[in-house]
Amino acid sequence: MSVHVRHRLGAFDLDAAFEFGGSPGVTALFGPSGAGKSTVISAIAGLLRPAFGRIVLSGETLLDTERGLSVPARSRRIGVVFQDSRLFPHLSVRANLLYGWQRTRDRVAPSGIDAVIALLALEALLARRPRTLSGGEKSRVALGRALLMNPRALLLDEPLAALDAALKAEILPYLDRLARETKIPMLYVSHSLDEVARLADRMVVIDKGRVAAEGSLFEVTQRLDLIAGRELLPGAVLEAEIAGHDEAHGLTDLAFAGESLVVPHIAKPVGATVRVRIDAPDVMLALSRPEGVSANNILPATIAAIEEAGAHADVQLALRDARLTARITRRSLERLALKPGLAVFAVIKSVTVGGREHG
Amino acid sequence: MEGLLTAAELEALGLSLRVALVAVLAVLPFAFLAAILLARCQFRGKALVDGLIHLPLVLPPVALGYLLLISLGTRAPLGAFLLETFGIGFVFSWTGAALASAILTFPFQVRAIRLSLEAQDRGLAEAAETLGAGPLDRLFSLYLPLAVPGILGGAVTAFAACLGEFGAIITFVSNIPGETRTIPLAIYTAIQSPGGEAAAARLAALSIALALGGLVLADVLARRARAALG
Repeated sequence: MSVHVRHRLGAFDLDAAFEFGGSPGVTALFGPSGAGKSTVISAIAGLLRPAFGRIVLSGETLLDTERGLSVPARSRRIGVVFQDSRLFPHLSVRANLLYGWQRTRDRVAPSGIDAVIALLALEALLARRPRTLSGGEKSRVALGRALLMNPRALLLDEPLAALDAALKAEILPYLDRLARETKIPMLYVSHSLDEVARLADRMVVIDKGRVAAEGSLFEVTQRLDLIAGRELLPGAVLEAEIAGHDEAHGLTDLAFAGESLVVPHIAKPVGATVRVRIDAPDVMLALSRPEGVSANNILPATIAAIEEAGAHADVQLALRDARLTARITRRSLERLALKPGLAVFAVIKSVTVGGREHG
Repeated sequence: MEGLLTAAELEALGLSLRVALVAVLAVLPFAFLAAILLARCQFRGKALVDGLIHLPLVLPPVALGYLLLISLGTRAPLGAFLLETFGIGFVFSWTGAALASAILTFPFQVRAIRLSLEAQDRGLAEAAETLGAGPLDRLFSLYLPLAVPGILGGAVTAFAACLGEFGAIITFVSNIPGETRTIPLAIYTAIQSPGGEAAAARLAALSIALALGGLVLADVLARRARAALG
């Protein structure tokens, strides 16, 4: 799907163009609050008509303001999962799930209905009314309702933002499965790097109404500090493979890009891939390999670039086959006389695995 | 009941209930459409339409009765047309009483339904739209069921108000026992006749009981409906 939207709301000016859904998987629309993400989503869904817009979905033009063409929202067949679920209070969970299904010409087969109900573990909820559901259950029903309309694309507008950490952890596995098991292109709006790191394959960063970066998750997260560093912690998302388990110490060894990392035990078999995130403030730099420190993860690296901002400096590190960012103070930068090309050691204090943090 | 009320009083009670029920049900669909128009649509002249719908609230009922009489009387063009073409006559008939009551209590229904429409989360309509529901579909699958508390509340309030209608009825369809003599007209008649004070008091007590019962019922129904909707 190719999207280009220009819109003005008061003093806020949005002008964003990007692509998504070309390859299967999840594209994250990422950016701080007020960056214009929801406006983009509304325009794609057809709920808002922007001043200028061109939206094309697999060859079909949904919106072209210059030609005065706009397919109404009800005919776009784009599923939307709203932050506040928006379940119909007068209908049972079952009737909510089937609301879109009944209104779609290209229906999912009855077996597909059961599959979605099973995927989201909704069997026990079918006869209940939305008001009796927990926040997490509501999110799952909203997700199921959007899936059952057999959408050509799925827009998820911060579906987890209203949930607390425990409920988020409850929903994320379902979203994860959804992303792997369906072929529906998904645009996932979020300002949480945790969720994005866990789910997304591609990333579009939007900031102050402009697309600041677009690319694979791994490329974009490493440059995040340069893009939207004012409000976001820079960090690197890496895909690592489980190399082995140290049962005696309750640890797991991960291998990535020719390096290795030790993290607390992950209940996954050897060879499985996991995503880990390393936030820039959790990376220290040393000129020689430190001895007698408690940190388990010390990786040799070369300084690729240095970005100074305020009291701190973000140091881009090139590893053998990956990148990391370290955030240090400018005083440390001067004291250690760091400059691009210099060989250093990155001491990693904390690694986040699959949304949970490990020291 | 036989011991408490005379046959004529029971007749007035039955007539009052029939007039009120028909008046409320006949205009309910129009009240819903008018409420949708006011709550959901933007158009030129909306203030005028709003004013016209609310006019019966401030119009003297006697004036309305007079207007109905001159427009729907058998010699008036509209009244003659309705009578000759459809056989519908309002004058000196209980249906005329129902018509007058319906017009006078229409604003109560519109107001209640409109408030309940305006309280609806617009986000639900957006969700329904993305799920493939067009405007008419949304009207019946979403706005109408969610407005049920308002519809019930408005209908019961209008019903109670119909039971008290006097001026428009007596002006438009006169005071005919068994045809247009509803409870208020029966009270009036009792007061006018010598020794009718006891009958007037009984009927007045009956009116108070009906009105109060109606308002309590409205509250209970609205609360139940709201609870069912979450």
